[in-house]
Amino acid sequence: MAQKAIREADGMHILATRLYDYGDAMCELEDRFLSVSSGAELAALRGEHPWLAQVPLVVKPDQLIKRRGKNGLILTGATVDQAIAWIDDKTRGAVTIHGRFDDDGRPLDEGTTGHLRHFLVEPHMTHDPADECYLAIVSNRDGDEILYHHRGGVDVGDVDAEAARMQVPIGETPTRAQIARALLVDTPQGKRACTAGFIEALFKLYVDMNFAYLEINPLVVAGGKVTPLDLAAKLDSTADFESAAKWGDLEFPTPFGREPSPEEAYVEELDAKTGASLKLTVLNPEGRVWTMVAGGGASVIFADTITDLGFMDEMANYGEYSGDPSEEFTYLYAKTVLDLMTRTQHPDGKVLLIGGGIANFTDVAKTFKGIIRALREYRERLQAYGVRVYVRRGGPNYREGLRMMRQLGEELGVPIEVYGPETHMTKIVSIALKAG
Amino acid sequence: MALVKENPFELFDATTQAFIYNNQTVATQRMLDFDYVSGRSTPSVAAIINPTGSDGFAKVFFGRREVLIPIYRSLERAAEQHPGVDVMINFASFRSAAASTMEALDLPQIRTVAVIAEGVPERRSKLMAAKARALGKTIIGPATVGGIKAGCFKIGNTGGTIENIVESKLHRPGSVGFVSKSGGLSNEAYNTIAMNTDGLYEGIAIGGDAFAGSTLVDHLLRYERIPEIKMLVCLGELGGAGEYEVVEALEQGRISKPLVMWVTGTCAKAFKTEVQFGHAGAKLSGDRESADAKNAALRAAGAIVPDSYDDYGDKIRETYERLVADGTIVPAPEPEERSIPLDFAKAVKEGMIRKPASFISTISDDRGEELMYGDLPITQVFERELGVGGVLSVLWFKRLLPAYATKFIEMALMVTADHGPAVSGAHNTIVATRAGKDLVSSVVSGMLTIGPRFGGAVDGAAQMFSDAYDRGLTPQQFVDEMKRKGVNIQGIGHRVKSVHNPDLRVSIIKAYALEHFRSSALLAYALEVEKITTAKRNNLILNVDGAIGIAFADMLRSEMPREEADRYVALGALNGLFVLGRTIGLIGHHLDQKRLKQGLYRHPWDDIAYLLD
Repeated sequence: MAQKAIREADGMHILATRLYDYGDAMCELEDRFLSVSSGAELAALRGEHPWLAQVPLVVKPDQLIKRRGKNGLILTGATVDQAIAWIDDKTRGAVTIHGRFDDDGRPLDEGTTGHLRHFLVEPHMTHDPADECYLAIVSNRDGDEILYHHRGGVDVGDVDAEAARMQVPIGETPTRAQIARALLVDTPQGKRACTAGFIEALFKLYVDMNFAYLEINPLVVAGGKVTPLDLAAKLDSTADFESAAKWGDLEFPTPFGREPSPEEAYVEELDAKTGASLKLTVLNPEGRVWTMVAGGGASVIFADTITDLGFMDEMANYGEYSGDPSEEFTYLYAKTVLDLMTRTQHPDGKVLLIGGGIANFTDVAKTFKGIIRALREYRERLQAYGVRVYVRRGGPNYREGLRMMRQLGEELGVPIEVYGPETHMTKIVSIALKAG
Repeated sequence: MALVKENPFELFDATTQAFIYNNQTVATQRMLDFDYVSGRSTPSVAAIINPTGSDGFAKVFFGRREVLIPIYRSLERAAEQHPGVDVMINFASFRSAAASTMEALDLPQIRTVAVIAEGVPERRSKLMAAKARALGKTIIGPATVGGIKAGCFKIGNTGGTIENIVESKLHRPGSVGFVSKSGGLSNEAYNTIAMNTDGLYEGIAIGGDAFAGSTLVDHLLRYERIPEIKMLVCLGELGGAGEYEVVEALEQGRISKPLVMWVTGTCAKAFKTEVQFGHAGAKLSGDRESADAKNAALRAAGAIVPDSYDDYGDKIRETYERLVADGTIVPAPEPEERSIPLDFAKAVKEGMIRKPASFISTISDDRGEELMYGDLPITQVFERELGVGGVLSVLWFKRLLPAYATKFIEMALMVTADHGPAVSGAHNTIVATRAGKDLVSSVVSGMLTIGPRFGGAVDGAAQMFSDAYDRGLTPQQFVDEMKRKGVNIQGIGHRVKSVHNPDLRVSIIKAYALEHFRSSALLAYALEVEKITTAKRNNLILNVDGAIGIAFADMLRSEMPREEADRYVALGALNGLFVLGRTIGLIGHHLDQKRLKQGLYRHPWDDIAYLLD
């Protein structure tokens, strides 16, 4: 759902192959963007793409990473052999990427660690840095805003403050003249026509292909031609049914550094198998506080409350189940959480919050059945790891659901405290955390 | 309560009527249940638009009474017929929601459209919103459950079950105006409001998309201009800038009523990388969009912001009590409650009532995980290779007969399957087929000839021979008795076959029965009878109908008590065997004639003797 980032290679490919469908784009862009995951994969493409051996190359990771230059992750002017060696080197182990740097290029944050698995390989274009510009189109409530700055590149500075802006109301298309008037006042006369032509075509493509965000920096304008050198883009994935054919074969990658643990991957798999929603993110496997919350909105609020009450470091996971999953899927999901939370001892014991708001039409007792089955199965481990369970839920048949939970507590010899809609939704968070 | 026409900031009143777009009978019923407990005198749904169906009516309850809600194919026609309707609740899918919403906005009478679908492309949502703004209309959604005006009007499935609606006091108005992004949490919010105040006046969930048709501040500003609303409650979330519009409105004094507000998503800082929470719009880009920043900005602008969601209810209560103390709110007495009769299906499910069933079935059950033939799950039928004979034995005789018997059933079906195109059944089927009739009509036309003269001998022979045998008649006495009565013995006699030219089908059946059956007394008896009849004329042999019928009776008598076996024969089981078997042939003849493209058959004049006088 929603706005999703795409790989640079896919974005460039779209521009190279589609832009001229939307007018004379004044653009010089050959479709020479290769997406590879290893040196060997690049080596294998040599025969199919003879240009690899003929022109100097640029190689950069293509995993929605910002500040690749400052992180030392752009190789320029390389031969294909150098490119292969560089990719091999970068994929050998984990890499840490920083988001903020001081003026001397030293990182200012602890960074995100992960593996590099996608690289973009393209011809290296030499250009005069003075020809670098900045261009972005941003979707907003009233339409789309075009941001243009006649100076671009790595040190573009505060674009928000300095760029010229043009708000295009929804449903309208700006002419070249309007674009030139609104955005290109500071652009040298000789570059205005081609830049306006490029922006006009790009904007039409952006609208027609349901882009939600597009940033090109730098955009090189020289010799009457416009060439995008670096691109970040998001598509509106809900428009898939309208635009998928034009998008071609592309995937929406997950951000760098978020590699699912086996349990997270397993829940993703379960999620894909059911029409319902099952989500699990492990934040701190050693944490004391585990949640199993029904509903997307409620699950965020439970995590919020744990955070707001000062237990962020103890919050072990974020997760939710919603959309009426079957008893079997609820059982498998609950089992995954119970297994994770009964692996390491905590001196104060552990807390499991089975939370949720007042369901609309989901039968509460029915969904509890899967959870109860898992709790029964983990009885001994729940006891061994000092797990206390807190339940809060409302909605259809909730009285029966809560009764089943209460009875289960007695049956298992595991403390289970049970609350209904008469208790404020997140009250079990403070009850649980203040109890121990 | 103010009527819409008295206050333009009201979207709904107790006379508001809506169109439901897409055939949503369940949501319609839920709206009417709400209407009834709210004491409305008319249903809030005027018509259903079903663009893929045809005009008609939906039958729903309004309290105890059933009413008909018209269904139209076209929105335009519905609008002509119901000029008073000013709300459309759009249940169209994400593919078509935008187009139908635009169509509704074009109708002058429509003021408000609620768009339920999740996943409407953003550009379409923005076009809808722009059009609504230009026309001064309101869109609620997309990606929302809708909203509710307590005691007046409920959008679709808002509020959950009718029990929850009454428990959260949504059937009568209070003093609180609520707006949130999330629809899923609105029930929880209404419950919180009911527990801590005199209840909800109106609640709207604007939907979780990045570009909702109407915003938090749009509704808060509306509530500001509705005098009956004394306090505002709002639930925002991280991502997007909608909450800053509320900040701005507070700063500019455009919102003056007390506002209790919380922005969810404070936990985002616990995540190392960007997280997309449940809603499309709930995604962080920049610190300004964080929940912490929004909560701080709201607090600074004068909203009542709790320290965590945990205190949300407390802040709502404190604010409410302050307004009661200073006389702004005067709690109204609870109105008399109108209760909805329990739904029959629900009452049955919960074991509260019982009712004698109109139908009984003892042979199969399709309700469970697996289809059951008697006590056999369908998979067993295949695993144990029970065949058509096994299935027939379970469904007809309510027991799984031993293999020799099920094989005999199959033999009987094979033998009766066809007897050439000239016999009356096949002939009728062929004539009907050639008259252009469909398979069922053609086959039935053939089947209708089955009776005492055609195919009836299977049943007749079994009955006649059993009767004689059971009365203890010797074969000779039986033959004599039949002769005296002038009745042909069923199952005896053949057109061409004779003692010297035996019917091989009969030979096979006889041999099988004598070898495998535990008892073949009737067959033995029949063979004695045959000796007597063939002595008179050598084509008075036991024919194939007789052999099957009599052997079948023997088989049944071997496998079940006499009375039960006789009952099955009396019920027509043997006739059924012939009908079933011969249907195979009749279908064959139908397909054959169709394949050969045979034209209409007309019987030749010269084959009819016209004797008019």
